[in-house]
Amino acid sequence: MTPNTEHSTGALLQRADELRRNLSGNFRDQLVQALYADAESIARRAVQPVGNRRRDWDQQLDRLVTSPVFGLPLMLALLALVFWLTISGANVPSAMIADALFWIEERASALFDAWGVPWWITGFLWHGTYRGLAWVVSVMLPPMAIFFPCFTILEDLGYLPRVAFNLDWLFKKAGAHGKQSLTMTMGFGCNAAGVIATRIIDSPRERLIAILTNNFAPCNGRFPTLIMLATVFVAAAFPPAIASVVAAGSVVMVVVIGILFTLIVSAFLSRTLLKGEASAFTLELPPYRRPNIGRILYTSLIDRTLFVLWRAIQTAAPAGAAIWVLGNIFVGGQSLAWQVANALDPLGLLIGLDGVILLAFIIAIPANEIVVPTMLMVYMGVGMMTDVPSYAALRELLIGQHGWTMLTVVNLMLFSLLHNPCATTILTMWKETRSWKWTTLGALGPLGIAFLVTFTTAAVARLLGG
Amino acid sequence: MSDCADCPAHESLAQMGLKLDKFDRVVALAGNPNTGKSTVFNALTGLKQHTGNWPGKTVTRAEGGYEFAGLRYKLVDLPGTYSLLSASQDEQIARDFILFGQPDCTIVVTDATCLERNLNLVLQVLEISDRVVVCVNLMDEARRKGLEVDTRTLTRDLGVPAVPTTASTGEGLRELISTVASVIEGKIATAPHRVQGGGEFQRAVSELLPLIEDVAPGLPNARWVAMRLLDGDLRVRQALESGDLLKIEARQREAGQRFSRKMALEGAQ
Repeated sequence: MTPNTEHSTGALLQRADELRRNLSGNFRDQLVQALYADAESIARRAVQPVGNRRRDWDQQLDRLVTSPVFGLPLMLALLALVFWLTISGANVPSAMIADALFWIEERASALFDAWGVPWWITGFLWHGTYRGLAWVVSVMLPPMAIFFPCFTILEDLGYLPRVAFNLDWLFKKAGAHGKQSLTMTMGFGCNAAGVIATRIIDSPRERLIAILTNNFAPCNGRFPTLIMLATVFVAAAFPPAIASVVAAGSVVMVVVIGILFTLIVSAFLSRTLLKGEASAFTLELPPYRRPNIGRILYTSLIDRTLFVLWRAIQTAAPAGAAIWVLGNIFVGGQSLAWQVANALDPLGLLIGLDGVILLAFIIAIPANEIVVPTMLMVYMGVGMMTDVPSYAALRELLIGQHGWTMLTVVNLMLFSLLHNPCATTILTMWKETRSWKWTTLGALGPLGIAFLVTFTTAAVARLLGG
Repeated sequence: MSDCADCPAHESLAQMGLKLDKFDRVVALAGNPNTGKSTVFNALTGLKQHTGNWPGKTVTRAEGGYEFAGLRYKLVDLPGTYSLLSASQDEQIARDFILFGQPDCTIVVTDATCLERNLNLVLQVLEISDRVVVCVNLMDEARRKGLEVDTRTLTRDLGVPAVPTTASTGEGLRELISTVASVIEGKIATAPHRVQGGGEFQRAVSELLPLIEDVAPGLPNARWVAMRLLDGDLRVRQALESGDLLKIEARQREAGQRFSRKMALEGAQ
C-alpha cells in the first residue's frame, strides 16, 4: 500500500467515525428501518392476494399448538404417542430378528466345530464379534425403524420450531438464549449436530451455555437404550393393558428430566461462570408443510436408522471382540472382564448400578448406542445364558441372575440421560470452542451430575426400602 | 415452449454432485432459513443434503456442482440467515463468502409466501454485489395461500432478475440456472436497487463515497462499504486498512475483463 492510499484510508476511517458519532440515532437502526421500508414497498407492488380464499387453518393450529395452556401438554402427549408407537410396535419384529440372527450364530458355530476350527476362533468370531452385532441389530433396529420416521414426520411438518417456541420463555428465565430451545431440540437427533447448531446463537456467552448443556437432550443413540429399558423392565412391572402406556410415559419422564437439567444447569452457568443478560431474538414459525413420504422414509431409514446402526456396529464389533477376549482370559479362576467389573462394583453399587454397567459405559464412550449390548455381553460371558434372547429371558438374566431391581433400571435410565457425551460430541465441542477448559467441563460436568443424581436416588431408595 | 430451441433454457443440465475438481463458475446460494434453499441445492447438484423444516438447519457451507451449457458450476450453499448485519457466525460465513469468496453470481432464495421479510436480505445482498438472481421459491404454497407474486414487477423494482420456482417439483429451476448463466455472461444487465433511507442516512453515506473513491477508485460496492463503516463494522475496517478489500476488487475486475475478452473471441469465431 502506498503512503498516499494509506493517508486517504486514514482520512476515510476518521471521517466515518466522526459521522457515526454525530448521527442523531443509531446508524444500524436507521439502516434497518430503511431496509424494512424498501422491502415493504417493493413487496406491496409485487404481491397481490387473489380473491379472498385465505386459508388460515394453520394460524388456528398454531394458536392451539403454541398456546400457553395447551402447548406444553400437547407437546408431551405427542412425544408420548411417538414413544408408545415405538414401544408397542418394536416387540414382535425385535424378537423375530433376534431369532433369525441367533439361529445363524448357532448354525455357523456348529459348522465351524464340524470343520475342526479351533474353539477360540469360533468363539472370537461368532460368540464374540457376531453376537455383539446380532444384539445391536435386534435390540436397536426395530425401535429405530419406528421412532425415526415418526420423529422425521414431526420435523418435516414444522413442529420442532413450535416446540422451541413453547420452551423459549423457560430458557430466557434461565438466563440463556431463546434459540437454545432450538439447538436442544436438535440435540434429540444428535448431540454433535446440536452443538454445531449453536452457531445460530450470536452471543458467545449464551452459545457456550447451549454447547455445555446440549448433552441433557437424549440423542438418537440413547433413545434406543431408554426405550429398551422401558419396554423390557418398566412395562413388565405393570398389567399388560397399560404396560406400553406406562413405558412410553417413563421415557417422556426421562425427556422432561433432561429438559429440567438443561434449564437448571443453564441457569447455574448464567449466574456463575457465564454471567450475563439473555439477549432478545425473533423466532420464525415456518408454515406447516405436508411431509413428503418418500423423503421421510429416505431420511429416517437411510440417513438416520442405518447411520446410527452402522455407527453402533462399527463400535460394537470391536467391543464385542474385546469383551469376548476379556471374558475368556482367566486370571486366578476369574475372567478379566469380571475382575474389572468387580473392581468397579463398589462405585457402581453406591449409585444404584453395578460394576458391569459402569464397564459398559466406559467401553461405550465412542458411541452411546452400545451401552446395553456391551452390558449384556459381559453378563452373558459370565452367566449361564446361551439361549435365544427374548424379553423374558433378558429379565431372567438381569433380575434373576444379576440382582437388578427397579432402582437399577431407573438409575440406568437417569445415568444414560445425564452422563458424559459421546466421543464425537466431545470432539465437536472442542472444534466449536477451541478450548480444552470448556470441553473438559462439557464432558466431566454432566458425568459429575449423573453420579450425584443417581447417588441421591439410590440413597433415597435405600432409606425408604430399607 | 415453442420455437426457441436454441435459447439457453434448452441447454443441457447435468447434476455433478461432489465432482468439484474443475469448475468454470462459482455460484453462491443465499437465503432466509426455511425457504427451501437446501431443496434448490439438492435439485441442482443431485446431492442429498438433509433438508428439514426448521430454521437454521444449515449452519455450515455445503458445496456441490452442476453442468450447464457446457460449463461447470460450483454451487456453494450458505447458511440460511435473515440478514448479513450481525456478528453471529452463520451470518458472517454467508457475508464473507459473498464478499470475499468472489462468486460469479449469488442466488438469493426467497419464500414467495412471505416475500416482504425475505426482501430484507435480498436488499442487503444487492448492496454488496450486482450479480444477483432472486429465486422466488415456494410458488406452489403461495398459490395455495391465494397470493400472486408478479416476478416481472419484482425484477423491475429490484433491478436484478427474479425467477419463480417450486424447487420441490423442479418447476422453474432450469430457467433459474439459465438466468444465472446470462447474468454472469452479461447478457442480462443488472442495476441493483439501492436502499433509500432518510435524509441524515443519505447525507452520511454520500459524504463518505468520495473518500472511498479516493482509497479505492471504481469500487463497485462503495455504498455498502460506507454503510458498514458507519455501522462500525470492524471486519470491513480491517479489510480496508490491510488493503484486502482492494485486492479482491482488483482481482474481480481483472476476472471480468478476462471474461469479456473471452466472450469477444468466442463471438468473433
